Amino acid sequence: MKTVELRTPLDEKQISNLESGDKVFLSGEIYTARDAAHKRLAALIEEGKDLPFDLHGAVIYYVGPAPSKPGQVMNSAGPTTSYRMDVFTPLLLEHGLKGTIGKGPRSMKVRDSMVKNGGVYFAAVGGAAAGIASTVKEAEVIAYEDLGPEAIRRLVVERMPLFVVNDISGKDLFEAGVAEYRREE
Amino acid sequence: MRELDVARITEAVKDLSIRTNIYLPDDVKKALRSSLEREESPLGREILQVILENHDIAEKEKMPICQDTGAAILFIEVGQEVHLIGGALEDAVNEGVRQGYREAYLRKSMVADPVLKRKNTTDNTPAIIYTRIVPGNKVQIVFAPKGGGAENMSEVRMMTAADGIEGVKDFVVDRVSRSGGNPCPPIVVGVGIGGCFERSALLAKEALMRPIGEPNPDSDFDEVEKELLRRINNLGIGPQGLGGRTTALAVHIKTLPCHIASMPVAVNIQCHASRHSEMII
Repeated sequence: MKTVELRTPLDEKQISNLESGDKVFLSGEIYTARDAAHKRLAALIEEGKDLPFDLHGAVIYYVGPAPSKPGQVMNSAGPTTSYRMDVFTPLLLEHGLKGTIGKGPRSMKVRDSMVKNGGVYFAAVGGAAAGIASTVKEAEVIAYEDLGPEAIRRLVVERMPLFVVNDISGKDLFEAGVAEYRREE
Repeated sequence: MRELDVARITEAVKDLSIRTNIYLPDDVKKALRSSLEREESPLGREILQVILENHDIAEKEKMPICQDTGAAILFIEVGQEVHLIGGALEDAVNEGVRQGYREAYLRKSMVADPVLKRKNTTDNTPAIIYTRIVPGNKVQIVFAPKGGGAENMSEVRMMTAADGIEGVKDFVVDRVSRSGGNPCPPIVVGVGIGGCFERSALLAKEALMRPIGEPNPDSDFDEVEKELLRRINNLGIGPQGLGGRTTALAVHIKTLPCHIASMPVAVNIQCHASRHSEMII
């Protein structure tokens, strides 16, 4: 396990250096999307249309932030539970997505797709939302404003603290962690 | 008969919705702090530390602890000697939620149609309101915003008398085990046993309102709670599900009589941001 400074967009070299259990400080542009936005993104891909942002090397953060106060860049913005996006994620990975950020484990289909397409899944600390907000330096809604908290936002983050859960070798930090601390009754 | 203008209820709900989303109850903070001392996993300790620091940031910056400021769930006890005037109680409660969530920049997380359109109502209404008529001339309001991630891991099961207490325990442990890191552990586990189908679920939610550290008033169920907490923490799920000895901070059981044919059991999972506060008018 190591600590890695990472900057988006992510390329194959950066991805292949990451191992399950690594601590990452992520900087650069990332995009927010959760349930409703994923449904729309998947529909656009199916229809062969352009997406509101370039997926190649992109990182998606599963978050629906609290609305910003006047003068505030970002209000509380912790991760939402990732499995709800599992049904859409392989399609996005096939189209260039390199990283996702959320909380909770991913399905085997998503894990397999990350191995196949070269993607990683990062965990942010759920509920640590006020602290995470301080790492967001810029934020703007770029699509689906009608979705409110579920709109797609372009964020610029600086040293956002994350843990690598799934790497391209297929390892999973949830499985490894639970196995280590489980005690048989 | 005491006359009470519902405008007072609106004020109270507004105040509670803001306060509850920024300040965590002391019992929850204390439980998290003491779990940090016991946690064996270095990563688990780091996560607990981040969670505790987040409380300080939220309080200092007057930001919500979590961006998911929840569905607005309210338990309201109305004294039967109170005559509410000035409008409808439910309208007054919804107005309080509307004002609180807008003024404090809390997230609006309600969709009007749950399946087909799923369009955000933009003011976090409607609130989910449980009203009871009780003796007295006061109104007690408990505000408990509930995030979606933990609520999604909850379940009701219609068990049988033959399943017994061992069946109940296995169900609760299995429900937590299947939840893994999804509900933002360390969690609080509310268990409702008895009543009927929907009442058991409400019991489980009511059980979450009990302060952590306060024993179950029934000594037999207090023992069951302790055993369940041990078994759940032995699952190894740990903070955020990334492995560790702190999966749950507490298990709270609440029971009611039930039909001779039935044994409804509900498990309501609460994330570590176990937010609830009350006001008496």
